[in-house]
Amino acid sequence: MTDKPRLTALRLHKALHPIWKNDPGWKGRFTTVNNNDIGTMFILGATGMFLAGGILAMLIRAQLASPRSVFMGPEVYNQIFTMHGTIMMFLFAIPFFEALTVFLLPGMLGTRDLAFPRLSSYGFWCYMIGATIMILALVAGVAPDGGWFMYPPLSSSAFSPGINTDIWLLGISFIEISAIGAAVEVVVTVLRYRAVGMTLDRLPIFAWYMLVVAVMILTAFPPMILGSLILELERAFDMPFFQAEHGGDSLLWQHLFWLFGHPEVYIIFLPAAGVISMILPVMARTTLLGYGWVVAAAISLAVLSFGLWVHHMFTTGIPHMGLAFFSAVSTLVAVPTGVQIFAWIGTLWKGRPELHLPMLWILGFFVTFVMGGLTGVMVAMVPFDWQAHDTYFVVAHLHYVLIGGYVFPMIAAVYYWLPVLTGRKRFFRMGEVAFWLVMAGFHGTFLLLHWAGLLGMRRRIDSIEAGSGWEGINLLASISGFVLAIGFALVILDVAVNAFVAVRGRRNPWNAGTLEWATPIPGPAYNVASIPVVASRYPLHDNPGLPVQIARGEGFLGNPVRNRRETLAVSVARAEPEFIAVFPQNSIIPFAMAVVTSVMFMAPVWKWYGLMLASALGVTALAMCWAWQGGSRRDEGLLDAGRGVSLPPHTEVPCPPGWWGSLFLLLADGVLFGSLLFGYAFLWTVAPNWPPPAILEPGGLGPVLAAGGVVLACAGIRLADRAIRKAGVPWIRLGASLAGLAALGAAAWTVFGGTTHDAHAYDATLWVIAGYVVFHAGVAGLMVLFLMARIRAGYVSARRFGDARVVRLWIDYAALTAILGLGAAWLPGWLA
Amino acid sequence: MVIGGTTPLMLAGCEDRLSALHPAGPAAALIATLWWVMLAGAAAILVLVLVLLALAFRRGGGPSAGDSRGEAVWIKGLGLGFTMTVLAALTAWGLWIGERLLPRPGPGVVAVEAQGRQWAWRFTYPDAPGRVTEGALHIPAGRPVDVRITSADVIHSFWVPRLAGKLDAIPGHVNVLRIQAWAPGEYAGLGAEFNGPGYRRHHFTVVAHDAAAWDAFLAGETP
Repeated sequence: MTDKPRLTALRLHKALHPIWKNDPGWKGRFTTVNNNDIGTMFILGATGMFLAGGILAMLIRAQLASPRSVFMGPEVYNQIFTMHGTIMMFLFAIPFFEALTVFLLPGMLGTRDLAFPRLSSYGFWCYMIGATIMILALVAGVAPDGGWFMYPPLSSSAFSPGINTDIWLLGISFIEISAIGAAVEVVVTVLRYRAVGMTLDRLPIFAWYMLVVAVMILTAFPPMILGSLILELERAFDMPFFQAEHGGDSLLWQHLFWLFGHPEVYIIFLPAAGVISMILPVMARTTLLGYGWVVAAAISLAVLSFGLWVHHMFTTGIPHMGLAFFSAVSTLVAVPTGVQIFAWIGTLWKGRPELHLPMLWILGFFVTFVMGGLTGVMVAMVPFDWQAHDTYFVVAHLHYVLIGGYVFPMIAAVYYWLPVLTGRKRFFRMGEVAFWLVMAGFHGTFLLLHWAGLLGMRRRIDSIEAGSGWEGINLLASISGFVLAIGFALVILDVAVNAFVAVRGRRNPWNAGTLEWATPIPGPAYNVASIPVVASRYPLHDNPGLPVQIARGEGFLGNPVRNRRETLAVSVARAEPEFIAVFPQNSIIPFAMAVVTSVMFMAPVWKWYGLMLASALGVTALAMCWAWQGGSRRDEGLLDAGRGVSLPPHTEVPCPPGWWGSLFLLLADGVLFGSLLFGYAFLWTVAPNWPPPAILEPGGLGPVLAAGGVVLACAGIRLADRAIRKAGVPWIRLGASLAGLAALGAAAWTVFGGTTHDAHAYDATLWVIAGYVVFHAGVAGLMVLFLMARIRAGYVSARRFGDARVVRLWIDYAALTAILGLGAAWLPGWLA
Repeated sequence: MVIGGTTPLMLAGCEDRLSALHPAGPAAALIATLWWVMLAGAAAILVLVLVLLALAFRRGGGPSAGDSRGEAVWIKGLGLGFTMTVLAALTAWGLWIGERLLPRPGPGVVAVEAQGRQWAWRFTYPDAPGRVTEGALHIPAGRPVDVRITSADVIHSFWVPRLAGKLDAIPGHVNVLRIQAWAPGEYAGLGAEFNGPGYRRHHFTVVAHDAAAWDAFLAGETP
């Protein structure tokens, strides 16, 4: 009798495993789309980058240990500190929490994988290839050397003629694909793929944080991507966006960069806060105090973080009243941070805290991050920032915030979730020693550097001078820096040793209440043998028998009769079962596409534009193969989802996962477009040498084409959608839509005829706007052709019209941006 | 690259020559005061947080208050009430100080021009047309001076730590910084925005003259 549940569970595992398992051998590494595998590889890759960035940090400290060091000349040193910042921000901090999220999120939500498994794989490979390129550039001595925020004109071709800057601009933009991809996945996964009954107010708090972070990534990265794009256009084609004598303005870059750069700080901090909100209550044997308040704090932090980018620009001569606004917002952002800090301390008071290793790191976080937060408030004071800006005070502040506020919680997370990652409990006790080394090393390195900054030590100087009064501080910082490095190395060693040789642990050693502890450890490829039903935030506390029930298939989809990868999609707010999502098989396409994409991004470094275009065609072809793989050629109707519920497959719902993915991708795209219009308005109002000498004449043809194109494209796809749902054949209507998109493209093309791309920043901006419209009309046109092919091949029916909905979304977006973009381009001509 | 009558060598040995906390003029003094007050306040808040944290461990397993009471104390009281009060006061004070540092027109204000380039500074004087100095900015002591800052190439930043905060030199823009030295003397200045391989050596000196020497400078009698 007691064996029976185990038998059922084993039988279910034997049925599920072949469906979800990887390809055998080495090939499996490249074709896997499974979140556990990709998460693990991603964590290893990001840890490798942390080591690389750490080695550069050691070189910096070696150089600054004594006055007038001849260890490195400025040319090398400038590459070292630029790459230290770049690696730590773009190749370690963001990827590491993404990796952790890819790994943990499906388990926490009680689902089988992330929403778009192939996108996980593509994002990971883009990251890995891009990171490798950046490291190779460093080894080859052509790494970027203008500081990690790349201010023009220093980064313009006149002052940085080499390929160093191009590698940064194109390489980082390429790597950001992985951030955008992961963000789309996280949003759609949290909103649609959860345990049944996991309403929004029962989400594990980490999922809330990651939802907020993902939306922030989608809205913060695009300005930076746009900035990189137009700076690269300036460098390659002399389009003068940042050249004052031709109507450009180097401040535009600073706005675009910090519109990204400051939210990014919170993009890095919030996952850490999410980790603490998960771990700290468990360590205190209680539940989080003020769940709703903490969610509200995370959301308001996200909103406020978009209103304070100018505090990086307090010394650029912006009027004081303008600065006052941003100063106020910069201090206001400390309020939700304070709410979270006190909610955590209150949670500790409420419970009975125990000093396990993860808790130790969280205490290290408190001490360090609170100090970093307080110095953050100081530099938010405009007058003080005028002194502290670009000195070691700021360097020390940002290391307190990033290491204390991010790295320490991430180490806590690794130790806390180690049983899930490796299936083992910690055996060796090196971790405590490592902790104290890191704490002593960290504060020894950075505490007194605040003081050195106030004594006039500028950041980025390539050596210190005798008699400056900072020699002692710097020697202490360098020695402590090496202690810190040894501490971090011990942490990594400790984790590695424990991962490989410690004893097998039992499930849920911390007695936590969330679902990632409900699966056998380490988790199987399908994560959950059936999708559970939950009734609170801590389902394992309500029902300790839940893991067994899941394993026995008592949840949804616990009977894999259809022999394919299926998971359950739920309604957004109430988490009721809505449809069955069928996940893709293992595939080499994401890896292949990442390789071709890397060629497309890196070819322009050497001005190989032919190769760039060829690989762009390759990416397009691969993307079409990718999209072709989904779907079904027959109507399946309602399918048994278990527990007496029947649901349609995702191919037979109006808004399939692809529609949701497109929606959030277009959110990011829309922010990029908005940033472009912001740049246009900014240049017009602030930049010197405006208005431009010649203004574009709108004429009659362009506007007529645009108006006709919008009507034809939008009406065509709507009528086609209607026809499909009535089982009609919509060739003519789709053809009309295609013609409309062609007209939109042609309308935008007239802008190229009326302007000269390198004459003035005005012309250059119009070219980018028109190019954007042409590009989106082209993408939407390709999608229409793709839809036609899908109809011909039988993938579309009166029940299966989701593809048409996706295409409609992209056409509407193309039309909207054409109206706004071309309107903005023609407006001055109409007014003149 | 430093040309002109003075070099930082003359000041070597004086460890406070670049210190923002050894003010030699009203702007730097106001900011230094702001710093010391903020440091004291920050230290007090840090101690408060750490004590609260430590007490959570000392209490052991006492009966815990309900969530709603906890929320009232920790979140509404400390999280919202305490932080907002402290921050509102600080922001208002910071704003007031910022206003006092602005280059407002007034009697006796002297205008000078500073142009940064890779890796030197060039100064001109509307009161003495044609007068150009490289690497040394001459000002009268005891009088407010408005420095009109521009750049010939990339972005730089004009910073004399003992006199005032820094302000950027941006191509195509003119930024005005108010500085003032209490007493005659030489004050070290720095380019404070990274600008390429010569960044470390991007120095200059501010020479503050007494009234007589200033008149002599304008008349072209001193370097």
